Amino acid sequence: MAVFQVQEQINCRLPESQLPILRMKAVTKKFSGVKVLQNVNIELYKGEVHALMGENGAGKSTLMKIMAGVYQPDGGTIEYKSQEVHWNNPMEARNKGISVIHQEISLSPNLSIGENIMMGTTFKKNRLGLINWNDIYENAAQVLKSIGSSLDPRADVSTLSVAQQQMVEIARALSLNSEILIMDEPTASLTDKEIEKLFGIIEELRRKGVAIVYISHRMDEIFKISNRFTVLRDGHWVTSGPISDTNPENLVKLMVGRELNELFVRERIESIVRSEQKPVLELKNVSDKKYVKGISLKIYPGEIVGLAGLVGAGRTELVRTIFGLSELSEGQIILDGKPVHIKSPIDAIKLGIAHVPESRKEQGLLPNLSVKENLLMAQLPTYRKFKLLQYKQMNRDADRYIKELGVRTASKEQNVMGLSGGNQQKVVIAKWLSIGPKILLLDEPTRGVDIGAKTEIHKIISKLAEQGLAVLMISSELPEILGVSDRILVIHEGKLRAELSRDEATQEKIMYYATGEVKQ
Amino acid sequence: MNTNLQMSSPSVVSFKERSKQIFNQLGMVIILAILIVVMIIVAPNFTDSSNILNVLKQSSITAILAAGMTVVILTGGIDLSVGSTLALSSVISVLLSNAGTPSVIAMLAGAAVGYVAGAINGFLTAVPKLPSFIVTLGSMTYLRGLAYVITGGYPVVLASKQFKFIGAGEILGIPTPIYVMAIVYIIMLIVLKYTMFGRHVYAIGGNEEAAHLTGIKVNRTLIHVYSISGLLAGVSGVVMAGRLFSGQPMVGIGFELDAIAAVVLGGTSFVGGRGRIQATIIGVLIVAVLTNGMTLLNVDYYWQQVVKGIVIVIAVLLDRLRSRT
Repeated sequence: MAVFQVQEQINCRLPESQLPILRMKAVTKKFSGVKVLQNVNIELYKGEVHALMGENGAGKSTLMKIMAGVYQPDGGTIEYKSQEVHWNNPMEARNKGISVIHQEISLSPNLSIGENIMMGTTFKKNRLGLINWNDIYENAAQVLKSIGSSLDPRADVSTLSVAQQQMVEIARALSLNSEILIMDEPTASLTDKEIEKLFGIIEELRRKGVAIVYISHRMDEIFKISNRFTVLRDGHWVTSGPISDTNPENLVKLMVGRELNELFVRERIESIVRSEQKPVLELKNVSDKKYVKGISLKIYPGEIVGLAGLVGAGRTELVRTIFGLSELSEGQIILDGKPVHIKSPIDAIKLGIAHVPESRKEQGLLPNLSVKENLLMAQLPTYRKFKLLQYKQMNRDADRYIKELGVRTASKEQNVMGLSGGNQQKVVIAKWLSIGPKILLLDEPTRGVDIGAKTEIHKIISKLAEQGLAVLMISSELPEILGVSDRILVIHEGKLRAELSRDEATQEKIMYYATGEVKQ
Repeated sequence: MNTNLQMSSPSVVSFKERSKQIFNQLGMVIILAILIVVMIIVAPNFTDSSNILNVLKQSSITAILAAGMTVVILTGGIDLSVGSTLALSSVISVLLSNAGTPSVIAMLAGAAVGYVAGAINGFLTAVPKLPSFIVTLGSMTYLRGLAYVITGGYPVVLASKQFKFIGAGEILGIPTPIYVMAIVYIIMLIVLKYTMFGRHVYAIGGNEEAAHLTGIKVNRTLIHVYSISGLLAGVSGVVMAGRLFSGQPMVGIGFELDAIAAVVLGGTSFVGGRGRIQATIIGVLIVAVLTNGMTLLNVDYYWQQVVKGIVIVIAVLLDRLRSRT
């Protein structure tokens, strides 16, 4: 109830009557030729919580980083307190009162809480010109107290829980007398109780006149604490307005901006008659040591099975177990009717299992190498003659893959890092086709990929299934799961909660099982 | 999307882009060429064939060490032990030869000593995942210690004439170490470009996790990498013994730094995954020409050190500027 009272107070205060403290106009940003932000506008007012909304890859983080001086815009203007500004680095923005609480915690774990909080301010010196430690700890304690925390500023950050570290981050941001505070998914790792506390602090700050940019995927939070919102989609500004003028359904529609049928939808396949076919992959009661709890499933040749669930539900871990990256603690993996022991990716690859990992940059690509070598690295053994690699044959095959998958690249010799995200992902997928796999494990295959390339990747996956490949695809994007999968498995807290056929699956049903609200 | 298409279409690669690429590839060759031209002008004896052969002969040991070092640095590692490996290999091969072992066998044994020392480095780096800096700092110390223990700290004079040939002989008027160097580089060039192992080295250096997920045997490759560096250090030890007519436990101190400097001058990235063996030989030659030129010009030895150091720092600076573009 308290929440609704807050809402009323906000609404009667109409921030539009004042001048915005920050105004970004027609901001544009390109990364290696790809526009990630295009003519984006946003206005922030003192004493408001402004929700920044958008799907993954919509440009929220980039916009935030431009606001905080991490990136410089390629076009457009930033006005801060009615003056045009150019931040050259994050320090400048911070000194002017703009602080960020990043999604990933950015504290120095081996320094004390006090040092971490006061870092970025000028340390007081004593008479000898040395750091006055008492002063630092006292000031830090004061900041901590102001947000209702009783942490000891002398303790090391490494001794804290994630939630406590988040508190230290907030305290640090406040020690700089911030006028704009940007919070990127601050509740992602907090418990309900801690979230309540955080909201109390946010409300306190708002009342003091701080403008807060709040990024979150959780609708209930947005409607609880924010008073205005801005929606971004595919790098474009969609709309801004008071939160009271909208509702969750409408916001989702603005964020997605397309009905399901605008996305790629795989043609229905009727050919799979389960009773006549043998599953290519079967899991019996599979558990790893921590995240996966007794999962059983079967995948048949030629079908795409979608693996839905919330982030952290154990989907990635399940796939990693199949690929030999996490240890199987219990259960059995059966391939073509035979139990197998997969201890490493090398074993998995030998058995015909391919894996496109979650993070393209950190796990998928071989940077500094050409598109050609990225395509062919997994099957180099087949190109050897007397131990020497046959480049002629390699060049021919590389050209073929590039053509077949429609990889847009200047040439096969081009450094793979110069490609756009979507084309990089095509390369990562194509890498596996060369080994002729039976099973393709995909972990978020279109994350951070623009919408056009997304559709192309979906078509590629679909085509592979038609050729008899069994595909297990993790995706956090429901339209993708619904559009591409023949069958959908929903995982919640490491357990299989539901198996939905393509016909019965809806976004609501999946979310219902994924959030664990099983009351039936 | 449209920008994508534009960016990737080959016709858009501008002249500026092209010339930048060419400079990236030839950067150090141009610097070497300028250096040579300057030396020809200021030091008249520089072009004497005896002087040129002398430059090549003197740099051959560093060059062989630098070839192994390049492979190690390509994986993102470092090998500080090559100078000590060289000493141990020179001592053991000479002792074996003096004990009546046929020269060829003694020389091969010297190389084998290096291979084993390298394999141990590689194992410790790959399997318990110790930092290569620490592992090879340790082996740098214990390998030299072993060389001292075996000889009691004194040089061992080499008797075999055949053995001496590898370091001090000539074929068709060209010193043998130059042939050894040339063979090493030709083999390494082929290994890095035309074998699976070579490509895996680049893949691991660029992104070890991605390489692992691609099914590359990362540990095995790393063990091979350090073994090769050790093997080449062993070969240098044998050449060194032949040149000095003795196995010396104190030889090769600081050689690892010369090798690293050559690799860095060649533009191989310390982060791993980027660099070429043919660039390393250019790096070796830049240092060699610079040193030789300064000697011809009677530049004070101490000043030579200052100049060499500054050249290395400037080269790394250039490398950094290049990788930013």
